Amino acid sequence: MHQIAGNRVDWKAIREDFPILHEQAHGHPLIYFDNAATSQKPRHVLDALRHYYEHENANVHRGLHELSSRATEAYEKSRKRVASYVGAATADEIVFTRGTTESINLVAQAWGGKFLRAGDAILLTEMEHHSNLVPWQLLAERTGARLRFVPVRDDGTLALDQLPALLTPEVKLFAFTHISNSLGTINPVAELCAKAQAVGALTLVDGAQSIGHLPIDVQKLGCDFLAFSGHKMCGPTGIGALYGRAEILDALPPWHGGGEMIVSVSLEKSAFKKPPHRFEAGTPNIAGAIGLAAAIDYIEKIGRAEIFKHDVDLANYATRRLAELPGIRILGPSTERGALVGFVMEAAHPHDLTTFADQYGLAMRGGHHCNQPLMRRFGVTGTTRASFYFYNTTAEIDRMIEILHAAVRFFS
Amino acid sequence: MSPELEELYQEVILDHSRRPRNFGDLPDATVRVHGDNPSCGDEIHLGVKFGASGELQDIKFSGHGCAISQASASLMTTKLKGKSRAEVMETFRAFHNLVTDEVAEAPKMLGDLRLMQGVRKFPQRVKCAMLAWRAVEQALQQTTGESTISTETDLGSS
Repeated sequence: MHQIAGNRVDWKAIREDFPILHEQAHGHPLIYFDNAATSQKPRHVLDALRHYYEHENANVHRGLHELSSRATEAYEKSRKRVASYVGAATADEIVFTRGTTESINLVAQAWGGKFLRAGDAILLTEMEHHSNLVPWQLLAERTGARLRFVPVRDDGTLALDQLPALLTPEVKLFAFTHISNSLGTINPVAELCAKAQAVGALTLVDGAQSIGHLPIDVQKLGCDFLAFSGHKMCGPTGIGALYGRAEILDALPPWHGGGEMIVSVSLEKSAFKKPPHRFEAGTPNIAGAIGLAAAIDYIEKIGRAEIFKHDVDLANYATRRLAELPGIRILGPSTERGALVGFVMEAAHPHDLTTFADQYGLAMRGGHHCNQPLMRRFGVTGTTRASFYFYNTTAEIDRMIEILHAAVRFFS
Repeated sequence: MSPELEELYQEVILDHSRRPRNFGDLPDATVRVHGDNPSCGDEIHLGVKFGASGELQDIKFSGHGCAISQASASLMTTKLKGKSRAEVMETFRAFHNLVTDEVAEAPKMLGDLRLMQGVRKFPQRVKCAMLAWRAVEQALQQTTGESTISTETDLGSS
């Protein structure tokens, strides 16, 4: 691990921790600007996965043998690591899931199925990823509850002046993203949670884009649920977590049935374990949880405050340089933004642009980014998105600008 | 410039995407098909007028999308105008093979459409090239009226 000299991070040396950054794409050095989709993995995480499979692999919570004890211990230690990372009061508030999407679906099914009634409302925003929209649409259809949406202003921020009219006592849950995956907008989570609490609504924060990028403390933010994925924060795919405040999780019924989540089973009925195990039916993603804990160790050694500062620097630099291009429209706030920039260009459609860039080794994403309603809100069918992480550099952004200039010449 | 890019975006293709032929509304269309590719937001509105013997007497399209989808639609309309239903279907199959089948040798009957062969090296762009063709395939299946197709639900029909 490349550490910090004094309080300065050696960002260049950090790149050496990521073997994949040495890859070539179409004969060019890889420039990986698709981090909002998934991040790359440092050797530290890859080693942790290998170590688990070579020395600890067994099923958890059941085998009365040495390996099962090791696996169980490593798995539960990972839960504690995740709990401390997000500032949860206890490890029992952390449910391992496949990722953000499954975490949100867990709340929609277990909480929504028990507590939501016709006439209730769920408040969302216009900038939600489909994963924080579709589960609530399904729930609304099942229960007769209504969905409401906080509009997005032209500058990519939420129209908070409309909140008093929307956040009324009928609202039982306010679910919103921390950082928009298309706009880069950073929402004022603590303020939104406090306002929701004032009308008795629970809050769910979609932390997919923020979890690996800035310090998060659920108790300071005051949220009731936090959903996130490991793979966007240097961890493996297929592992994520739901933080839920203990007294809320305690009141929820199971959502998946199976082994691992029961106390006793008869042919007619079963008694269920306490949270978090109540919500983890079947053999969990043990290696994934261990890999996630390793990712947390890695990120915390760099420091989330340092990572966020680096993010903002890269995003600001990219925004400034992109503005030099002819016929470009940059979406999202002009002030503070997360580590991504979405844009459209007169010269080329996002798919032509990303195909062109890819041939020069530059990996970006073109399309609607699972944000179709938001794209319509801004009158576009899709954008090109460059999204960064701490191993990216301003030199890579300079190269992106050169490639985009070449694309403008080619397509115009 | 990589050879793959040059093959994908040949000058004729870029020209058709910048100045699409047969672009606009066909007021006396017999059949209208609205096609969309939800994965990238591309849309095509196809108007087809069938002649007395069922031939494709006139065809126009409008909509928006990437260079590949626009050029493909433009080239398609110039190729299919005046063709019989059987000829349209034959061309459809030949074009589909052209952009998806690695071993197929491009048949001469495709003419300028052969320029789209570069798409086969970009599997994620096949849907862009096929959007207009899916729409015309649908148009052939009806004699009048309007319909809607999507690349996400109509794949694998040939």
